[in-house]
Amino acid sequence: MTSLHRVEGREKVTGSARYALDYDRPNAAYAVAVTAAVGRGEIESVGTEAALALPGVITVLSYENAPTLETVDDGELAVFQSREVAYRGQLVAAVVAETLETAQEAGALLDVRYRAQDPDVLLSPDRDGLYTPDKVNPSFPADTRQGDPDTAQTEASVQIDRTYTTPAEHNNPMEPHATLAEWDGDRLTLYDSNQGASTVRDTIAKVFGLPSEQVRVISPHVGGGFGSKGTPRPNVVLAAMAARAVGRPVKLALTRQQMFSIAGYRTPTIQRLRLGSDDDGRLAAISHEVIEQTSKVREFAEQTATPTRMMYQAPGRRTSHKLVRLDVPSPSWMRAPGETPGMWGLESAMDELAVAAAVDPIELRTLNEPDLDPERGLSFSSRNLVACLRAGAARFGWADRDPRPGTRRRGRSLVGTGVAAATYPANRSPNHAAARREPDGTFSVRIAAADIGTGARTALTLIAAEALHVDPSQVTVHLGDSSLPSASVAGGSSGTAGWGSAVVKACEMLRASTADEVVADTTSEIKAQEKYSRHAFGAQFAEVEVDIDTGEVRVLRMLGVFAAGRIINPLTARSQFIGGMTMGLGMALMEESLVDREFGGFLNHDLAQYHVPVCSDVRDIDAFWLDEQDSHLNPMGSKGIGEIGTVGAAAAIGNAFHHATATRLRDLPLTPPRVLSALGAVQG
Amino acid sequence: MRPFTYDRAATAEEAIRLHDGAETLYLGGGTNLVDLMRLGVARPARLIDVTHLSGDLVEDDGEGGLVIGAAVRNSDLAADDDVRRRFPVLAQAVVAGASGQIRNQATVAGNLLQRTRCSYFQNITKPCNKRRPGSGCPAVEGEHHNHAILGHSDACVATHPSDMAVALAALGASIEIRDGDGERSVPFDDLYRLPGDDPSRDSTLKPGDLITAVRVPALGMPSRYRKVRERASFAFALVSIAAALDVVDGTVRDCRLALGGVAHMPWRARRAEEHLRGRPATEESFRDAAQEELAAARPLRDNAYKVPLTTNLIVRTFSQLAEQP
Amino acid sequence: MKSAREAADSPVQAEITLAVNGVKHRLTVDTRASLLDVLRERLGLTGTKKGCDHGQCGACTVLLAGRRANACLALAVAHDGADIVTVEGLADEAELSALQQAFIDEDAFQCGYCTPGQLCSATGMVREVASGWPSAVTADPAERPELTAAEIRERMSGNICRCGAYPNIVAAIAKAAG
Repeated sequence: MTSLHRVEGREKVTGSARYALDYDRPNAAYAVAVTAAVGRGEIESVGTEAALALPGVITVLSYENAPTLETVDDGELAVFQSREVAYRGQLVAAVVAETLETAQEAGALLDVRYRAQDPDVLLSPDRDGLYTPDKVNPSFPADTRQGDPDTAQTEASVQIDRTYTTPAEHNNPMEPHATLAEWDGDRLTLYDSNQGASTVRDTIAKVFGLPSEQVRVISPHVGGGFGSKGTPRPNVVLAAMAARAVGRPVKLALTRQQMFSIAGYRTPTIQRLRLGSDDDGRLAAISHEVIEQTSKVREFAEQTATPTRMMYQAPGRRTSHKLVRLDVPSPSWMRAPGETPGMWGLESAMDELAVAAAVDPIELRTLNEPDLDPERGLSFSSRNLVACLRAGAARFGWADRDPRPGTRRRGRSLVGTGVAAATYPANRSPNHAAARREPDGTFSVRIAAADIGTGARTALTLIAAEALHVDPSQVTVHLGDSSLPSASVAGGSSGTAGWGSAVVKACEMLRASTADEVVADTTSEIKAQEKYSRHAFGAQFAEVEVDIDTGEVRVLRMLGVFAAGRIINPLTARSQFIGGMTMGLGMALMEESLVDREFGGFLNHDLAQYHVPVCSDVRDIDAFWLDEQDSHLNPMGSKGIGEIGTVGAAAAIGNAFHHATATRLRDLPLTPPRVLSALGAVQG
Repeated sequence: MRPFTYDRAATAEEAIRLHDGAETLYLGGGTNLVDLMRLGVARPARLIDVTHLSGDLVEDDGEGGLVIGAAVRNSDLAADDDVRRRFPVLAQAVVAGASGQIRNQATVAGNLLQRTRCSYFQNITKPCNKRRPGSGCPAVEGEHHNHAILGHSDACVATHPSDMAVALAALGASIEIRDGDGERSVPFDDLYRLPGDDPSRDSTLKPGDLITAVRVPALGMPSRYRKVRERASFAFALVSIAAALDVVDGTVRDCRLALGGVAHMPWRARRAEEHLRGRPATEESFRDAAQEELAAARPLRDNAYKVPLTTNLIVRTFSQLAEQP
Repeated sequence: MKSAREAADSPVQAEITLAVNGVKHRLTVDTRASLLDVLRERLGLTGTKKGCDHGQCGACTVLLAGRRANACLALAVAHDGADIVTVEGLADEAELSALQQAFIDEDAFQCGYCTPGQLCSATGMVREVASGWPSAVTADPAERPELTAAEIRERMSGNICRCGAYPNIVAAIAKAAG
């Protein structure tokens, strides 16, 4: 398709696009959340005297006076339902006041007393409490095994047996989680920042014991999510509770600091990778064993080893996940859950294997291309990993690369290049969409999808226009409102595929109908779709420069080549890929949520100390794609692309680091302290 | 934030007169103070805005040095032609700090008096001897990868975060201070304190002291600032150095060296300077000088990397200065 | 005169005047109110965004007396009489500024939340370069800098974009300044 600029572009550059707290509701009050100042324990009392004495304070909410909520699966939504403090930073109270300044000060004056214990917050491979969960996110088996990986490993002529780690990481969308809640009798309206209005509506309705129809969620513009807004967070419940308590609309935003404890994060991982191959690098054994954490409030098991189940052939295979429940916040989705940390381990190990076997890393992967999905036995709907690697190699200049590590020196820096594979499942969920013929001859499409920066609104405009055989200027897409036809969450890179399927169906139905409006539901066709292993693939290349005196690592250039079916909107697709790769750069070089082992919680809980990439970090990142035809996906022939950019990026950088320095780092991020320690002390 | 009265002083005398004591703070650009107030670390009941006093100029002192008004914005300091030409280390230090937006608001005095970014200090629910004397220092055994290696005590291992202050330390600046009794000049070495048993005070200033200017004496040799951080920009230093070097016929005639990110205050490396003066301007001399200074380093469990990092930076930066025409 | 302690138990209000996008507003504000909260909550100018409230992300960047600044760290009371330009003031009626149009053309935003701050910051930044101000990447601080890609990147590093639109942001700024 030809590119379309974002249809909401003018609103975004003029500041007129409205996000959750940009709405103005008359007589709105301000709520501020108060969080636990201990790592574990019980609330003994909530002293409200000083807070309530401030002029303009309307109420204080806590366990002591909160209404009973209905129980839902996500224990984090049981706001103020118990005295128990499960982790530092958990919601314990809230203040509602006439002004933000008063609410903030009142929150500071709340005297919350605890019976506290020392929190248990440290993930380690040999600790107590490790167990195998029933399933890993969203519904995969925790463990798989085929053949005899252990024997195959010990008999292999080239063996890799290494442990790789990733730290806790936080999504940190630019817009904090925020909700403006307003009741009208028993009807609730939520202006909210989320990745799925329908999901928020259904969950919040349950929490408050309401029929879904009595809750409306409005979220036409969302300032990023990256998974942290995929399910409603406690702020939504709290805003609704507060608004009901005071009988007025209530505005609530989490502070950036609070986002580190109650908006989800990626679990740290400890991954043991074992690869065994013959002298040419053909794999006989792959073993990927993961240790990670969850909270005591909610079990979330990141599916870290699942990409290993479908990337490479090997007769002997094992993947496993072990979880421990700690006194930590509940981890959840963060861009490409599972694939992101898992491919750090797998793609670093593959690079180590390439070095050990003296095989080019691209040839190694080519050699181990599976014909079928190795563990499910299904055909791939399409798979062009090798083509991506080759195309990327050509663009990147891989043929000129001297494979010997530690040989390219530039002044006081070492330079190196690395490659890694990327993959992400191509799924779609059932959706509903309405298509309408407007009186003025234009068309409108309605679906409660979310555009969180992905360009979904624009992609759906293109999809609808094509299905209607009209120019995109003739189509208006309405989304981000739960009063629109029910839609799946913007997550799992499944949005455009799922919504697009419903939009195409609705548009085709409209064309075939004399009616002015039709509604499509794709539930049955999705249920009936053939079984294939559906994944997007990509190749990540990176060139890094390592300053041997200071340990600073800079990415000189990154290149991604992806095969993701049909690319709907080239302009915004490129932005998505690059955005994902940028997050991968952050993962590789700087992102780490530091655990306070003594007090619990994360120490660096703000944007000054939790480092996400800034403009200067990104010198040269570009993304390309192959034309991939796949008729087993959806009417558009597209695969999701929102997350794959992050997958494999860190490994490409880590592999480039090894190539530059002849030193292998297996623990992220590659910060100067780690690099200096690894490279040795004072340089000659 | 606690409610506070706000007064805008028109003169230094008025500012001092309005200052009530312990619950009053001077307000510069607010880029650190408002942050601290929002964290609950600072809870003044009165703010006295000192950004409208005369004193927002950078002036020549007639002897090759500068007199910098306390209210000069960081951006203006870095953009000043005299600063850029005669004291490039100072211009570089300023632009290495924070972001463009913050530099536009931050004042010179405010930059000097900004407080540590130790995450225990910034979190009022955790013990911290600086914030609550006697409550303990969790950083000593806790998370301290970016804390001090020099001059620290069991009571506090925090570092001073300012880049500008490191340059001023190397330049041997002096601080003009005014209080109810009159004016005084404090050499830079005497402005800050080591934590000792009582880290609650960062500096030797007493409540009500108003910084009115910074005097920088003539330098007369090439100078440079170098900062190492965990991302390419907009981050505090792991380690930084401010250096100046005067080489004549291959020998170091004079030099200046101050270290940032290693101590409770910018660390004027006088041992290194003494060692280097009169020695050949070679890598070996630079390395020896660094090792002289860092012999006193007592790294913590997780920040030992700062020793080789500082050494390498010293060698590298002096080498680059030695190569300058 | 009250001592500080006595004076400050209840919220302290102050009367100020702010000229925002050319329009004068007389307001009574809590001395604790940030310029950001006054713009958004009192003046209904919600284009400027709150990303962190601690000067660490740049989403709240406005032009304050012609210079870019973080509105979250600016106490409104301390800027009585100031001239402020927000994202709403960048366009000339219906006509977008060259920078705004370049952002659209180059796809220099995704979720759009950091965008108002990026635009105000870039507007201020370009003036800073024109004024000859050095940056951390200017090789010789005594020389006048040029608006190279490296200079743009460094100077825009106070505006975090988690969506990762940086390359396009730099391209848009270069195009508009072009």
